[in-house]
Amino acid sequence: MNNTIKQVFRSPKFLVGFIIFSMILLTAVIYPVIVRDPPLAILGQGTFFEPGVYVSTFDTFQAKRYKLDLEDAATKRIAARLGPQERQDLKAWLVTAGVPEASIDTSDTTALMDLWVNTYDPAKSEGMTSAKRNYYERLDLSLKGILGTEGVIIATTNAETGLLEESDSFARDDFVNLNQIPVVRVLPLGTDNFGRDMLTELIAATRTSLLIGFVAGIVATSIGLILGLMAGYIGGIVDDFIMFVTNLFTVIPSFVLLILISFSIGQESRGAFTIAVVIGLTSWVWTTRAVRAQVFSLRNRDHVNLSKLSGHSIFRIMLKDILPYIASYVVMALILQISSGILAEAALSILGLGPKTTEVPTLGLMMNWAMIYSAHVTGKWWAYIPVLVDIALVSFSMNLMNTGLDQVFNPALRE
Amino acid sequence: MAEESKQERKVCLRGTNLTKRFGFGRSQMVAVDHVDFQFYESEIISIVGESGSGKTTLAKMLLGLISSSDGDIYFQEQKRDIRSQKKKKEYWKNIQAIFQDPFSSYNTFIKIDEVLLDCINMRGGKKLPHAKKVELMTEACSFVNLKFAELTNKYPFELSGGQMQRLMIARIFLLKPKILIADEPTSMIDACSRATILDMLLALRKETGMTLIFITHDIGLAYFVSDSVYIMERGKFVESGTADSVILHAKEAYTKRLINDVPKIHEEWDLSTV
Repeated sequence: MNNTIKQVFRSPKFLVGFIIFSMILLTAVIYPVIVRDPPLAILGQGTFFEPGVYVSTFDTFQAKRYKLDLEDAATKRIAARLGPQERQDLKAWLVTAGVPEASIDTSDTTALMDLWVNTYDPAKSEGMTSAKRNYYERLDLSLKGILGTEGVIIATTNAETGLLEESDSFARDDFVNLNQIPVVRVLPLGTDNFGRDMLTELIAATRTSLLIGFVAGIVATSIGLILGLMAGYIGGIVDDFIMFVTNLFTVIPSFVLLILISFSIGQESRGAFTIAVVIGLTSWVWTTRAVRAQVFSLRNRDHVNLSKLSGHSIFRIMLKDILPYIASYVVMALILQISSGILAEAALSILGLGPKTTEVPTLGLMMNWAMIYSAHVTGKWWAYIPVLVDIALVSFSMNLMNTGLDQVFNPALRE
Repeated sequence: MAEESKQERKVCLRGTNLTKRFGFGRSQMVAVDHVDFQFYESEIISIVGESGSGKTTLAKMLLGLISSSDGDIYFQEQKRDIRSQKKKKEYWKNIQAIFQDPFSSYNTFIKIDEVLLDCINMRGGKKLPHAKKVELMTEACSFVNLKFAELTNKYPFELSGGQMQRLMIARIFLLKPKILIADEPTSMIDACSRATILDMLLALRKETGMTLIFITHDIGLAYFVSDSVYIMERGKFVESGTADSVILHAKEAYTKRLINDVPKIHEEWDLSTV
């Protein structure tokens, strides 16, 4: 036994798969201990906040101010104001005003601004629609605002007179230290359509999906193992009956069956566990067939005959003389069943037939939400790419472990 | 022997019309074809035949590991009844086997101790104190020239082929069945160990007075050890009788061919009949 485990861990494929899988598993277990936020708590008042560090504006007003002389502050502000579209617009105006196209470099913010400030004159905007003329005037104004030096005044309403009174002001070279701001929230993966923290939700979802996979895998493998052992070892009419049922399930595509069962259970009673059991109940077929075939070749071996002659019961022979010989195969089947259970849940949830949405997030449900709120159309990549990568990593690591095990236990595949 | 011959010889195992068919329809083949036999108590019987003649199938039917398609088996003049697990267990207290390939006869995952303990339990020694069990196992092992102290807590695959087969005999020593079927017990073992194994089997028979049924393709061995010999060809007994009458005065061409196939050191080996 020890030897076998050593041998398994010497297989590089198994090792890589095992490391990826245990890292995912560890994150799913440890993260909720450290970050105790409920995964479904709604933080954002809006949909799909970008990943980043969120700083309270109110706190920045209150915080201690520092004066810093930064030369490139204005350039950076302008660069942030000038998107690719604005840059193209500036260039278009300059070209119509007679500046040679070759001398305009839209990527050099300072040079572009100099050129613009020196050449721009509203009178030169002839031949343009008035909407276009107004657009350029507004753009020029906002850029000049950024180039200026005056600060910002904070005014509060006087409760008695109802007039605005200056309460505070900022200069352009005022800074606050981020460490002194009490309320900062890091959203490494932004928020989803409901305004939930994506990272917390993703990790909770990984946990649920893994659990669904385990339950589905264990249900499917146990049914497959028990039926396969009985069919293969007892044979005769028991075998005929089990194979009849198995063939029946083979002919009906299991995914269609899964959809029908999930649908008929109804949204209200579809918990994660129910879905897992349903997935398990529809995917035992090939395990049964494979186990039966293996047992068939084992049951006439001499050691089984000897065990019979020693007066052992059928149950004991199955457990001690047959099961250990197919154990490695069963473990491999279990790993594949877990991985396909996770994928089946994802597929089911995409169709809107997954676990009900109010209790737990699952990887499939997260994809479903992202799809319903058209994250893929509006370019909110953080709502679905991390989920995709997560699903891919989980099933990749499991398949890798399986291949590694296969190489260890199947001498024909050894290099 | 002299004493035994005076008594009425008791029939231990009898078969009438015993048949085994595999498959259905056109692919059907008859492995054992309506054979009749009578094995007496304490007799050594050899069933000789070439590969595929149905010897092993017959042995498995006698052991009750596979069912017969036709015919009956009588154990001690009673029709054999092994329809329930309990009756089977009772039957297997009386009939045991040693298989051809010692390497595949043991469960790789079960320690040697457990193999031997199973035998003690089967003989009703389940409640014996542990020391007594160890004593029994040590005795059995020393009968076959093995040291139990060296074997305990080991797995069968850690032994050599000869040791495994000897352990198999130790198992029989503990079980003391009335009938032992030895299905080519020496064919997978080197020539030196072969004689030892045979000696041990014969010694065991002498001690327990069990009926010994050799299944073999080696007619030389059959002549050397047996009281009666059955020659099997394509599922049928073509010739049977005492070893002397069958082998020294062979009538059937098949028997003669089997005899000619035994390699002889001082003569040229006749390959024309193969």
